[in-house]
Amino acid sequence: MADLSLPNPDVRVDFDLIADLVTPGSRVLDVGCGEGDLLALLESVRQVDGRGIELSQAGVNKGVARGLAVIQGDADRDLDQYPANAFDYVILSQTIQATRNPKAVLESLLRIGGKVIVSFPNFGHFDVRLRLLLTGRMPVSKRLPYTWYDTPNIHFCTIRDFVALCDEIGATVEKAIALDATGNKLPFTAPWWVWNLIGAQGVFLLSKPAADRAPAR
Amino acid sequence: MSAVDALGPDAQNAMRRSEADHPSSAVLAFGPDQPLVLEAGAVLAPWQIAYQTYGSLNADKSNAILVCHALTGDQHVANDHPVTGKPGWWTLMVGPGRPIDTDRFFVICANVLGGCMGTTGPASTDPATGRVYGLGLPVVTITDMVRAQARLVDHFGIDSLFAVVGGSMGGMQVLEWAAALPQRVFAAVAIATSHRHSSQNIAFHEVGRQAVMADPDWAEGRYLDAGRNPKKGLAVARMAAHITYMSDRSLHAKFGRNLQDREALTFGFDADFQIESYLRHQGMTFVDRFDANSYLYVTRAMDYFDLSARTEGSLARVFQGSRTRFCLISFTSDWLFPTSETRAVVHALNGAGASVSFVEIDSDRGHDSFLLDIPEQYRIVRGFLTGAARARGIAGPAPAPAGE
Repeated sequence: MADLSLPNPDVRVDFDLIADLVTPGSRVLDVGCGEGDLLALLESVRQVDGRGIELSQAGVNKGVARGLAVIQGDADRDLDQYPANAFDYVILSQTIQATRNPKAVLESLLRIGGKVIVSFPNFGHFDVRLRLLLTGRMPVSKRLPYTWYDTPNIHFCTIRDFVALCDEIGATVEKAIALDATGNKLPFTAPWWVWNLIGAQGVFLLSKPAADRAPAR
Repeated sequence: MSAVDALGPDAQNAMRRSEADHPSSAVLAFGPDQPLVLEAGAVLAPWQIAYQTYGSLNADKSNAILVCHALTGDQHVANDHPVTGKPGWWTLMVGPGRPIDTDRFFVICANVLGGCMGTTGPASTDPATGRVYGLGLPVVTITDMVRAQARLVDHFGIDSLFAVVGGSMGGMQVLEWAAALPQRVFAAVAIATSHRHSSQNIAFHEVGRQAVMADPDWAEGRYLDAGRNPKKGLAVARMAAHITYMSDRSLHAKFGRNLQDREALTFGFDADFQIESYLRHQGMTFVDRFDANSYLYVTRAMDYFDLSARTEGSLARVFQGSRTRFCLISFTSDWLFPTSETRAVVHALNGAGASVSFVEIDSDRGHDSFLLDIPEQYRIVRGFLTGAARARGIAGPAPAPAGE
C-alpha cells in the first residue's frame, strides 16, 4: 500500500503556492478539499493542524480513510457552525466558482479565519476571451472542460472581478499571485489588466476588514 | 450445531445464570470500601466488572483501545461466546490485522454495568441479601457505565486511552468518555449513535419493557428467585427492537412477502411469512443468552442519555476545549440513529473547535450496518486510527488487506 500521508505526484499547480503562504504549525480549514490532497501536503510540509470540508461523499470517505479530519459539508450552508477566528487560515482552492453565493461564502471565510486564501481559474484570460469572441460559444478547454449546461462552475469571475468583490466587502488583499497557462508566476510588477489577460489562475491571500479583526489568540 | 448448542436449552440456561456472578471472563472485583457512586446518587458496593482483553499493553501504556458494546452485546467482542458458542460480535473490526489490530493495540472490552455477563447487574447476587438484585439494583446510566469502565482502565495503570470505539449504545459511551474524561481519550470513534436518545427511540424501548413486564413469568422482576423466566415477553421485546435495526428495504430484499415452508397462506396465525419466522427465531435465541431485567436496565440507561442536558442544551459547550480526535460514522438507511443525529454532534464539535472526521456510509442495511461486512466502514476506521497513531507516535494498524 502506498503511504497515504503523501499527496499524489501531480498536485495542482496552485498547491505549492498556497503552501508557501501558510505559516508552519497553524490551524487550517480547507473548504472543498476533495480527497484531501492539499491538506495532506500542508500536513507534511507545513505541519498544520488541518481540517477539511467536502461536498462529495466519495471525496470525504477517501480523505478520512487516509487519516485526515474531513467532514461532509457544503460551503454555502455549513460554515455558520464554526466560531469566529476558529482557524489561522481558511482555504478555498478552485471552489469559489462552484458556490451558489460566492460573496456570502467569502464573508463567512473571513469571519472564521484569520487569513483567507482563495485560488480560482481566471475567466478573463485571453484564451477564454478569444474563444468567446471567435466562436461565439462558451469556452471549453482543457482547464475548463465543462459545457455550459453541465458545469459545476456556476459563478465564474475574472481576476479583476474578484479584486472588486474584495473591495466591496472590505477584505484586504495582502498578496496576489497570478499563474500563466503553464503554471509560471507572473511578475508582481505587472498591472492588474495584464494579470487579467494572461493569468490563467489567481491565488489571493486576504485578511479581514479591520473592524472584524480579533485580538491575537 | 456447536458444542454449546448440543448441551440443550436447560444447560445453556444454567450457563447464562452462572455467567452473571461467575463469568468465564476475567473479573475485577471492588470491595465494600471501593464503592461506585452512581449518577442517581446511589452507592454500589461491593461490585464487579467482567472484561476481555486482546493484544498487549506497551511499556508507556499508550496503545490501549477500549471497545464499548451495544445494548445486547457483551465483552466477547473478538472471541467465541461462552454461552452461545458463536464468534465474537465484531471480529471484522477487532483482531489480528483488523482495523483495531490486536497485534498493535491492547484492546479492552468490558460488560456494561447493568449487563448480565459478569459485571454487576440485576441478575447478579446482591451481597446484602444473598438473593439476585432484580429490580433492587439502582437504575444505572451511560455515565455510570463509563465510570465503571474508568475504574477498570485505572486498574491497568492507563492514564490516557489511545482510542475509545463503539457503535449504537457503544457510541453513546464513546461520547460520554470524550465529554466527561476528555484528557483520557486521545481518539474517539462513535458509530451509528447520537448525543441523546430520541423520543421515537424511547418509545420503542418502552414497548419492549412493557412486553417483558406483561409476561406473567416476569413475576414482578423476581423470576430468578421463583425459578421462572419471562421468555415470551423478552422475545417479543427483541422482535420489536430487531425491526428497528433493519431498513424497510433490507427486509424487503431479504424476505419480501415470501412464505415460510409452505405453498399457500394457511388462513391462520402461524408464521406464514418468512419475516415472521425470522423474527420469532431472533426472539427465541435472544432469551437463551440475555436476562430480562438486564434488558430493562440497559434500555433505560440509553433512554436517560442526553449529553446536552448538562449544559442547558448547548452540545458545543460539552466538548469545549477538547483535544480528542473524533471520527463519526453514520449509515444512510439507519432510521434509529439517522445521519441528522450524527451531524448535530459534528456541528457541535466544529463549534467547539474539536478535530472531527465525519463519514456517512451508503448502506441499505439499517442500524445493524455497523456490525456487518461493509468494507467502507473498516477502511475508514483503519485510516482514522492510522492517522491518530501517527499523531500519538505509536504503531498504527497493519495496512488494509485486499478487499477492505
